Amino acid sequence: MTLLEVKGLKKYFPIRKGLLRKVVGHVKAVDDVSFSVKRGETLALVGESGCGKTTVSRCIMRALDPSAGEVNFTLDGRTTDLATLDGKGLKPFRRHLQMVFQDPFSSLNPRMMVGDLIGEPLLINGMSDAAERRKRVRELLDVVQLPVEYMNRFPHAFSGGQRQRIGIARALALNPSLIVADEPVSALDVSVQAQIINLLLDLQDQLGLTYLFVAHDLSVVKHVSDRVAVMYVGQLVEIASTEDLFHRPKHPYTEALLSAVPKPDPRAKTERIILQREVADAANPPSGCAFHPRCAHATDLCKQQRPALVDLGQGHQVRCHHAHELDLKGVGSLA
Amino acid sequence: MSSGSISTPKPTQTAEDRFAVATQWQLTWWRFRKHKLAVASGIIVIAFYVIVVLADFLAYADPHATDSKRSHIPPQDIHFFDNGVFKPYVYGLTQKRDLRTFKLSYQPSLDRKVYLAFYTEGYSYNFLGLFPSNKHLVGLVDARPEDGIFILGTDLVGRDLWSRIMVATRISLTIGLAGVTVSLFLGILLGGMSAVYGGIVDTVIQRVIEILRSMPTIPLWMGLAAALPNSWSVIQVYFAITIIISFLGWTDLARVVRGKFLALRSEDFVTAAELAGASQYRIIFTHMLPSFLSHIIAATSLALPAMIISETSLSFLGLGLRPPAISWGILLQDAQNIETLALAPWLLTAAVPVILVILAFNFLGDGLRDAADPYG
Amino acid sequence: MLAYIARRAVLAILTMAAISVFAFIIIQLPPGDFVDAYIANLSASGSSVSMEEAKSLRALYGLDQPIYVQYMKWMSRVLVGDFGESMEWHRPVAEVIGDRLWLTIVLSLSALLLTWGIALPIGIYSAVRQYSALDYLFTSISFIGLAVPNFLLALVIMYFSFVLFGANVGGLFSSEFDLAPWSVAKVWDLVKHLPLPAVILALAGTAQLIRIMRANLLDELRKPYVVTARAKGMPEARVIWKYPVRAALNPFASTIAYLFPYLVSGSIIISLVLSLPTVGPLLLKALIAQDMFLAGTIVLLLGVMTVIGTFISDLVLMWVDPRIRFQMD
Repeated sequence: MTLLEVKGLKKYFPIRKGLLRKVVGHVKAVDDVSFSVKRGETLALVGESGCGKTTVSRCIMRALDPSAGEVNFTLDGRTTDLATLDGKGLKPFRRHLQMVFQDPFSSLNPRMMVGDLIGEPLLINGMSDAAERRKRVRELLDVVQLPVEYMNRFPHAFSGGQRQRIGIARALALNPSLIVADEPVSALDVSVQAQIINLLLDLQDQLGLTYLFVAHDLSVVKHVSDRVAVMYVGQLVEIASTEDLFHRPKHPYTEALLSAVPKPDPRAKTERIILQREVADAANPPSGCAFHPRCAHATDLCKQQRPALVDLGQGHQVRCHHAHELDLKGVGSLA
Repeated sequence: MSSGSISTPKPTQTAEDRFAVATQWQLTWWRFRKHKLAVASGIIVIAFYVIVVLADFLAYADPHATDSKRSHIPPQDIHFFDNGVFKPYVYGLTQKRDLRTFKLSYQPSLDRKVYLAFYTEGYSYNFLGLFPSNKHLVGLVDARPEDGIFILGTDLVGRDLWSRIMVATRISLTIGLAGVTVSLFLGILLGGMSAVYGGIVDTVIQRVIEILRSMPTIPLWMGLAAALPNSWSVIQVYFAITIIISFLGWTDLARVVRGKFLALRSEDFVTAAELAGASQYRIIFTHMLPSFLSHIIAATSLALPAMIISETSLSFLGLGLRPPAISWGILLQDAQNIETLALAPWLLTAAVPVILVILAFNFLGDGLRDAADPYG
Repeated sequence: MLAYIARRAVLAILTMAAISVFAFIIIQLPPGDFVDAYIANLSASGSSVSMEEAKSLRALYGLDQPIYVQYMKWMSRVLVGDFGESMEWHRPVAEVIGDRLWLTIVLSLSALLLTWGIALPIGIYSAVRQYSALDYLFTSISFIGLAVPNFLLALVIMYFSFVLFGANVGGLFSSEFDLAPWSVAKVWDLVKHLPLPAVILALAGTAQLIRIMRANLLDELRKPYVVTARAKGMPEARVIWKYPVRAALNPFASTIAYLFPYLVSGSIIISLVLSLPTVGPLLLKALIAQDMFLAGTIVLLLGVMTVIGTFISDLVLMWVDPRIRFQMD
């Protein structure tokens, strides 16, 4: 059962120049992105910084207004396009979609106590009884494994990992169906990353949550996601089940990202693919396939014609002219 | 705090616990307290505002009373101990007329001690417009009519400088506050509109600010102030001057407000509140305003000295407040030419409170800003 | 770059227009129209104006027409250099102002150059030798410079020079040159008199710029690229001068645009204390005597001069700072 379906999502930012600040072009931060997330699964959205993955997540959350496209959200069997709603119309849906932010230091208001921070969504959404709120906050602190005594402390007293737990508790407060986690562990120490990821996995089991998990490297993703979508310069280039994508990548860009994933076997010799040149400029993307200037397999066709996203079967979609011909290296095992 | 360590807090209150439950205001206060110079400046500022409230009580002579027989009396020593006992007194004065220049000069007559008394009665005034009083901090006991206290001397027409400075403090400091209040209102309104609406509103307001900032202010103020009708009362002129100086003074505050508002707007915690479904009202008043306030207070404290200098300059030129109003600028007006200064250099002491207050506000504002925004 | 110049030019023109409106308001502010004032002024001095004369004067300035028509009429005369007649002096305003406007600009410009000349090296020194004895000295002098309004400083300096040297330090010329026509000797005399008022005028601005430069450079010196340069063993002088100083100059430079108006303002008030033959004392006298054409014209010309000065300093800045030059929007 599909919970979230994104269809043809676009987000363009105007570029203004000159005396009269005329619009002379657009940064196509998100350019025609479509995917869907089933209830209870985790979809990872992966790409380098600046590829538009955060913009996608913010458009879904409606922290940004999409330029075009649909964000279909299914609630109790009824599907609503969130992209068409205004502030008032959105309000009843807000509680079903919650976000965990990347930076646990800036996403918690430094002037509010932990109890108030976690209780704020409850208060806003109609739980006006303070005692009832306190009870729920206690439960939530318990769920994210923080002592209830922390309720009266301020965020400045906590470490990054603890703050991220507070952020998660806050996101869980309203029993949401979908949680958009925007690089929830990339600001944390590696040792703490695992704790937070395990917490997120446990919570998914217990509460039947659906995650859209945004990340910039594949090594974090392989533990949490059922499916992976790879983005490059505002577009999806490959989407497949995690197993499929790691074993049999079909896009040269995915292959390059996979080659950067650390291997558990120190003797395993894999060639690291170092991409040449910089990520393409979204304000002025290259002709044809956006990846062609950095691609080792590029042909004249790639320079001239933009490839479409084609389905190779079993939901494995890829945007490459040569997807059938190329023999790309994946990662041996997923252990 | 090691990351990930989740232990139950100890039952006793440790310093760490105190830190953990401290509000941002407390943290700001703790940081501010470490700035010794800022704290001292804060105390000086408070002292000056105490003078504002108690001006008439601290004065001992009617600041408006002229007396041709007391013209240009130099500052006089106060002796605190009489034969080793704390019993403050001053010497009585005798005047002598220089037979060549025909100028009066004053000599302390060392044979005649006049003792000071505390909390005595003197000229009548209306305390803050609430009730009449004639109580003063100091006065003289058994004084002859020609005796008097002259801590800072007198001006040409025999008015006591100390008493005048006390009363002038009231006007100069409140006009600064009033000016800053009006500027703050304009600054928050226009800076806020600039940030909230953006687009064409923002562009227009920003250009207006740039235009106002590139004008030479004093000639404009002079022109506007000179046009105030002579028939206006002290109160009317007071408010007109306030409006004139805040008319050009709001631009800095508007910039601070706009910059800070935009910075806060893009903070994750504001987005987080929005995504939790918070109303605009809640976002602005619960999340943005408290963070804002400390910055506004600091900016205000830094804007006050400019206001005080503006009023002092205008009054000094004779275009601001006019006698019988008394402000620091009006007092300094008496010290404008070199002939007067050569004769009565003590008239320059009216500059001391000006400099002191401006320095104090600057240090206080710096300290507040650092404490409110340790990383900014 | 052209767009930048064009934006600055448009802003400068808008500012001048705003100033002209202010000047016009100042002329209009006193009660009654200025022909009334003119008649009153003339009759006070014994002569009188006939009804016809008053009527033709009113028609000339369009006083019977709506206010914006009056403004347009006034502006069209101003644009061809006709500023009207000073009521007090009974001479054309342009003639009364004469050299005074230029002297004001000369004084403000010298103060501007002095401000840069002093603030830059001291700011750099204070940042590089942070917390040294001289840094403390400069910092405390800056604070005093900030806190003492410059007219007070002028008063104090005048008093002490009078007491200590018995000399009156006021004026821009020695008495023998006061009314003399311009000559090399007179210019040299001006050069000798200029430093003191220029220093007094420059002090507050200098104090502010020292603080800005010091803070900017300190921020810059803490950046990783400076640490890298040091770690590579680059000579200290090169480490400091090559990039950090230049980078620190940028925010410093943007404050300069507001310095010139500030100095022009200040020159008015210290000219009064030091009795300098600039437009300051003339403006005050004109305002007190309600000689509104003279006062309005002075405000207008000062404003226009300031805007032009600021515009030129903007251009210079653009020439110095490549970041502004290449910033297209």
